[in-house]
Amino acid sequence: MNILDYTAVELSAAIKKGEVTVVEATEAVLAQIEQKEAELNCYVTLDKEGALAQANDIQKKIDAGELTGPLAGVPVAIKDNMCTEGMLTTCSSKILGNFIPTYTSEAVINLQKAGAVILGKTNMDEFAMGSTTETSAFGATKNPWNTEHVPGGSSGGSAAAVAADECFYALGSDTGGSIRQPASYCGVVGMKPTYGTVSRYGLIAYGSSLDQIGPLAKDVTDCATILETIASHDFKDSTSVERDTDFTKALVDDVKGMKIGIPRSYFGDGLDADVKEKILAAAKVLEEKGAIVEEFDLDLVEYAIPTYYTIADAEASSNLERFDGVKYGFRAEDCDELHQMYKRSRSQGFGPEVKRRIMLGSFVLSSGYYDAYYLKALKVKALIKKSFDEAFAKYDMILGPCAPTTAPKLGASLSDPMKMYLGDIYTISVNLAGLPGISVPCGVDKNGLPIGLQLIGDCFNEKKLIQAAYSYEQARGKFSLSAKEGK
Amino acid sequence: MAKQYETVIGLEVHVELATKTKIFCGCSTAFGGEPNSHTCPVCTGMPGSLPVLNKQVLEYAIAVGLATNCDITRNGKFDRKNYFYPDNPQNYQISQLYLPICRNGYVEIETEEGGKKKIGIHEIHMEEDAGKLIHDEWEDATLVDYNRSGVPLIEIVSEPDMRSADEVIAYLDKLRLLIQYLGASDCKLQEGSMRADVNLSVREVGASEFGTRTEMKNLNSFKAIARAIEGEKARQIDLLESGEKVIQETRRWDDTKETSYAMRSKEDAQDYRYFPDPDLVPIVVSEEMIEKIREKQPEFRSEKMARYKEEFDIPDYDIDIITNTKRMADLFEETVALGAQPKKVSNWLMGETMRLLKEQSMDPEDIRFSPAHLAALIAMVDKKEINSSVAKTVFEKMFSEDIDPVKYVDEKGLKTVNDEGALRKTIEEVVANNPQAVEDYHNGKEKAIGALVGQTMKAMKGKADPAMVNQILKEIL
Repeated sequence: MNILDYTAVELSAAIKKGEVTVVEATEAVLAQIEQKEAELNCYVTLDKEGALAQANDIQKKIDAGELTGPLAGVPVAIKDNMCTEGMLTTCSSKILGNFIPTYTSEAVINLQKAGAVILGKTNMDEFAMGSTTETSAFGATKNPWNTEHVPGGSSGGSAAAVAADECFYALGSDTGGSIRQPASYCGVVGMKPTYGTVSRYGLIAYGSSLDQIGPLAKDVTDCATILETIASHDFKDSTSVERDTDFTKALVDDVKGMKIGIPRSYFGDGLDADVKEKILAAAKVLEEKGAIVEEFDLDLVEYAIPTYYTIADAEASSNLERFDGVKYGFRAEDCDELHQMYKRSRSQGFGPEVKRRIMLGSFVLSSGYYDAYYLKALKVKALIKKSFDEAFAKYDMILGPCAPTTAPKLGASLSDPMKMYLGDIYTISVNLAGLPGISVPCGVDKNGLPIGLQLIGDCFNEKKLIQAAYSYEQARGKFSLSAKEGK
Repeated sequence: MAKQYETVIGLEVHVELATKTKIFCGCSTAFGGEPNSHTCPVCTGMPGSLPVLNKQVLEYAIAVGLATNCDITRNGKFDRKNYFYPDNPQNYQISQLYLPICRNGYVEIETEEGGKKKIGIHEIHMEEDAGKLIHDEWEDATLVDYNRSGVPLIEIVSEPDMRSADEVIAYLDKLRLLIQYLGASDCKLQEGSMRADVNLSVREVGASEFGTRTEMKNLNSFKAIARAIEGEKARQIDLLESGEKVIQETRRWDDTKETSYAMRSKEDAQDYRYFPDPDLVPIVVSEEMIEKIREKQPEFRSEKMARYKEEFDIPDYDIDIITNTKRMADLFEETVALGAQPKKVSNWLMGETMRLLKEQSMDPEDIRFSPAHLAALIAMVDKKEINSSVAKTVFEKMFSEDIDPVKYVDEKGLKTVNDEGALRKTIEEVVANNPQAVEDYHNGKEKAIGALVGQTMKAMKGKADPAMVNQILKEIL
């Protein structure tokens, strides 16, 4: 069997049985990167030597029985907005182009403790602002299914790397769909857990009240296993919560009696016909397996986008103030005085989408507009949460698409930011309400591009989502780019 | 007749809290230390770092709020105040605007006329201090030290209830005492652990509207505050008298030149774009927490003064001075608890201690000697093991180095010689060697005996009991 065909959990099991060594697995994935990277551009930073050194070390620990976890020895890619001590962490921005953190983010530490081999840092939209990975200062990532298309974003590098076997799994972050949408576009599983499940310590903030780290994986089993590994109650993050994290217990093929609601408004204008057909077919599969599926009306869907961009941009405008050329990162040259240095460093260091959001966010927080925009958005956010609460009083989960279309062509979105923002319609309300959501591949469109089925649960109900997604996956059968290519 | 003016003053007082660690991270708040040695990713604003509230800060803020009769906010928040400056590593300060921890309080001050007056407290909020910029003349570069970044502060905002510099000083002194007694801060103006900005306006006596106010910064002592108030009052009246307007602005006081100059006007006031900090969870204060803090409130000064009057036989004047700082009061009570007579403890504190503090420009907070050592010194004098002049020398040593007085007297051989035979022998020699003084004494010059006592003490190297010397001298003469 080709090493790259293993899922993360299968690989770790094979390593423990002595069928594969950690070094062999790392070398295999590095060879794949070597072959694919020039075309795809999944990574900002690749640490070949470091990965092989870790592989050797981890193999010894596995042999000594010190590392026994289900992800021990498996190579992973990390989105470039999570701090890694001693390794470049850029947020795909020129302003952090030379930034080497002095500490490691909590989620990555949890992976290291579990015996992960860190391969490097994946490309993303600059500061996670974007839905295509095209706003990266280091070039766009291409969709491995069709390199004329985007991989989605902002965790596009992570999703594409998993799809193209340039890693066995990856971490992404999701502020408005940044894990689920690229997972959908790249035909992999992606999950955003309930806000507070994974520590944000070391995650370079975009919209602090919405950001969550989560897995991008080859299948639901890997996804649940990774989430179980990275979730922790961290005293360094006030918004981190103490909760159950035994997600793998939910890997059960059974949906009998589960109540699934389909919001009518998710299937209206703007939804691609192929996407609609495949999503409804997936719902049918769950229904045939014993789930109770019905349509219902979810209120306030149309307000999610303006609410999201008001809150996320407001927080971002403040979060990104620290990038000023004083302490770390890019500093403009030949400045005569402080304010000139601030202005030039930020003007030259940030890309256009980041500047657009900083300006939007600064505007909605400015005196005289705070009540009309920011405060109002917070009120709508609370109403959106309430509308989900009402839905979850009736249903175990909500089923719908992840995105209105499959991956657009490169260059098609940047020219029309409004259209790009509207593409977030199905994912962002999940962040506003702090809910968990998972994207599972459910087929391809007429052009052969993957479609993602999104399941949304109530807070702390990840296990229901994992169980339903796992059951669907069992019925669907294998789905991957390499399977499609017949390798 | 010239118009009569009234001064209206409100204060913004920043107090550095005495926590061991910073407000949002575990770094030390200790003063000094190599630049940037008390820092971590959080207080240097590293990407991805997150603040976590130090609970002690909340407890101190609530304690100060209770002591100043404030309402305590049960569901509060922290807000970000956004502005770019290099001493502020995140380019926003975490503070409280919308829901400050304490509101609607007051403290009572005594006025010049001996009456009482309530000064309203608008609010108290918690916030983080900034780092320090150091200009390197040699390199022509500015360096940043983040050791102070994240040190916890409370800002106490008064109502515009004060009408004179005396009232301002009385109010500040009251706050200082309350906060020191709570142990929430050492409140040193000179060192910046207590900082006051003065908002001042003038209006004609009897006017119902307030005049336009200015805010005065950089006031480092009570004296500077008093001078700045007089200066600003005169400046504003001069403007009004000459038909000009007072401009709402922030001014900086230069105490050496006794003048102020404008820093920034309201027109170029920044928009701080305050909004709730999403990295910190709402502050929830339970009844139980408030009760616990209330139970721990110490005996404040007025209560202490009343008790001293009842329990100790010492003058009111002494009580006033001793209770004026928590440090002195603690020292007094602890020494008395070790068995020393209250009046004697008071004498040491009022006399030698105050003298040495003044001589060395020190605050009572800086006192190093322990109550145990003071009690031991008093006991030695009581037992006539040392005489009072030796005691003073020993005390000076204690004051500067906190030496153990018993050990010190032993090592240096300072004990009083109580051997009457030896003393008598020395005195006889002194009398034989000083016939002139003896004759003067016999001729009715009572004072002449002083010279003989002095000679004896000198011969005894100061270790004799003066009363005993006197007695023996008189017998011999």
